Amino acid sequence: MSALIQVKNVTKKYGGLTANNDISFDVAENEILSVIGPNGAGKSTLFKMISSFTPTTSGEVLYKGDCISNLKPHIVARKGVVRTFQETTIFKNMTVHEGVVVAQHLRAKASLAGYFWGSGQAQADVAAFGKYADELLEFLGMSDISNEQASNLPQGSLRALGIAIGLATDPKVLLLDEPFAGMNHDETMHMVNLIRSVRDERGVTIMLVEHDMPAVMTISDRIVVLNFGEKIAEGTPSQIQNNDKVIEAYLGSADDEIGI
Amino acid sequence: MFHLTRKQLIGVGIFLFAIFVGVPLIIGATGRWDFYFTLTSVALLSIASAGVWLTFYIGRINIGQGAFALIGAYVSAILVVKAGWSFWLSLPAAGLFAALVAVVIGIPILRLRGVYFAMITLVLTQVVTLTALALPITNGARGMSSIPLPSGVSLFGIPILPDFASMANTKLAFYYTACVLMIVTYAALYRLVNSRLGHLCRSMQQNEELASSVGVNIAYIRVVIFAISSFFGGIGGAMFGSIAQSVYPSSFQVVDSVNFMLNCFLGGLGYVFGPMLGTLVLYFGWDLLFEFQQYQLLIYSTLLIIIIRFLPNGLLSLRAYKGRDK
Repeated sequence: MSALIQVKNVTKKYGGLTANNDISFDVAENEILSVIGPNGAGKSTLFKMISSFTPTTSGEVLYKGDCISNLKPHIVARKGVVRTFQETTIFKNMTVHEGVVVAQHLRAKASLAGYFWGSGQAQADVAAFGKYADELLEFLGMSDISNEQASNLPQGSLRALGIAIGLATDPKVLLLDEPFAGMNHDETMHMVNLIRSVRDERGVTIMLVEHDMPAVMTISDRIVVLNFGEKIAEGTPSQIQNNDKVIEAYLGSADDEIGI
Repeated sequence: MFHLTRKQLIGVGIFLFAIFVGVPLIIGATGRWDFYFTLTSVALLSIASAGVWLTFYIGRINIGQGAFALIGAYVSAILVVKAGWSFWLSLPAAGLFAALVAVVIGIPILRLRGVYFAMITLVLTQVVTLTALALPITNGARGMSSIPLPSGVSLFGIPILPDFASMANTKLAFYYTACVLMIVTYAALYRLVNSRLGHLCRSMQQNEELASSVGVNIAYIRVVIFAISSFFGGIGGAMFGSIAQSVYPSSFQVVDSVNFMLNCFLGGLGYVFGPMLGTLVLYFGWDLLFEFQQYQLLIYSTLLIIIIRFLPNGLLSLRAYKGRDK
């Protein structure tokens, strides 16, 4: 098992508050790894540090052995580690197709001046972007809403659009922020299958932050559990389900229960 | 390169015919020669407004274009008067210098968003005015006056541009020059907005975080756009100084900066040609209300409030555009 991403002793402090304390784990290539934990456990902060949206206080994140923490988000995206956001973060006033075309910025071969003057390479790029967007939307089963304004889409489609925008960058690692939040059972299962096919057919390593336990247990190869900023467990879904510390974090310990 | 439809081509043709042939014919027939100066001003102000519109396009409210127009006017005047440059060389130099200043100022302030950015740009015009008052090279409050008219340009002995000083009718010459500059500006703006850079700007306008997550270097693009915007401001200002043959620290004031922004609002932030229409309506609207004497400002501002309230997408939104036609 070769580690694609290594999180090494990562700590994040906001003033006196420790959001993440000395977290370490590896993500293998082609793995689906979930980060779970109760509210305020520091999951989102961890994701922000991996995608360099916020600097670490100490520790570092390695991708293929290179440090990717404490850089700029667009540089990390260029290396192939791309995050998606929750559904409200979308290009609202663009159609689905336009959004996916814009997101292919990293695949551009012509310079910005080339696009301005309409060079041959730029025209080839524009044609390629359109074609790839069609392909990607078909792969995600979104061809029928290709020309819809993003602001008119229902929640489930917005989530899928978020993933489409992330995939348009041709990532090696995709970080998904709560991809199942607010979905009913059928929508969740549809999304689970979609994420699996992204991994299986496109070879994208997936990390996700999620609250929906049944979905996490179904989709994950491995799970990392955070509580109060500390990593309390790591393992396969069945190991996690039987881990005492995890049960305690979620349900409270037996002692707490009776107030001793 | 522009991929215009037949209808758009006809529209552009009519517009070009109107400003290059129609207007001079009408002015010749009616004898209202003062209209040349008014229309020349509109053309130049709309160049500066085009720049403001572009900063709106990356989601920044720019109330500082007067600063860059003033910088452009001074750079051109100093190069012509003190260094003996040809005006036609000083014009791009003025634009480039304004762009350079925009890069230096823009790197720190473009991190700010919304009202914070707007507040800082609001101060810029005042800062440039005070700088012009203080520096020896700008002659302080006396400003630069009796700037020579643009000289002729010839390449390999073939005259390309005539000497303005030897002309009987400089008004017409300045009018044509301003119109050509305006058309080049708006053609470039149209092309920019419809090319990839424009699409990236739109993505940043809608969500900077998401744009950076898909690999867009948002800090770089913000600075590039602000520099282009200020280039337009510098060109407009330099041309203005040349027509007036003088530049003073008060040539462009905070109120001018506000007007550049209003031109964009009035014409429509969603349309490339919005600022052009906005400048025309705002400039003429003010003049037309002159008869009302002391009530001029009151009526003018009331009308503006009503228009912005009921046409939030600008005057061009009155036209029944199909889809997003830019």
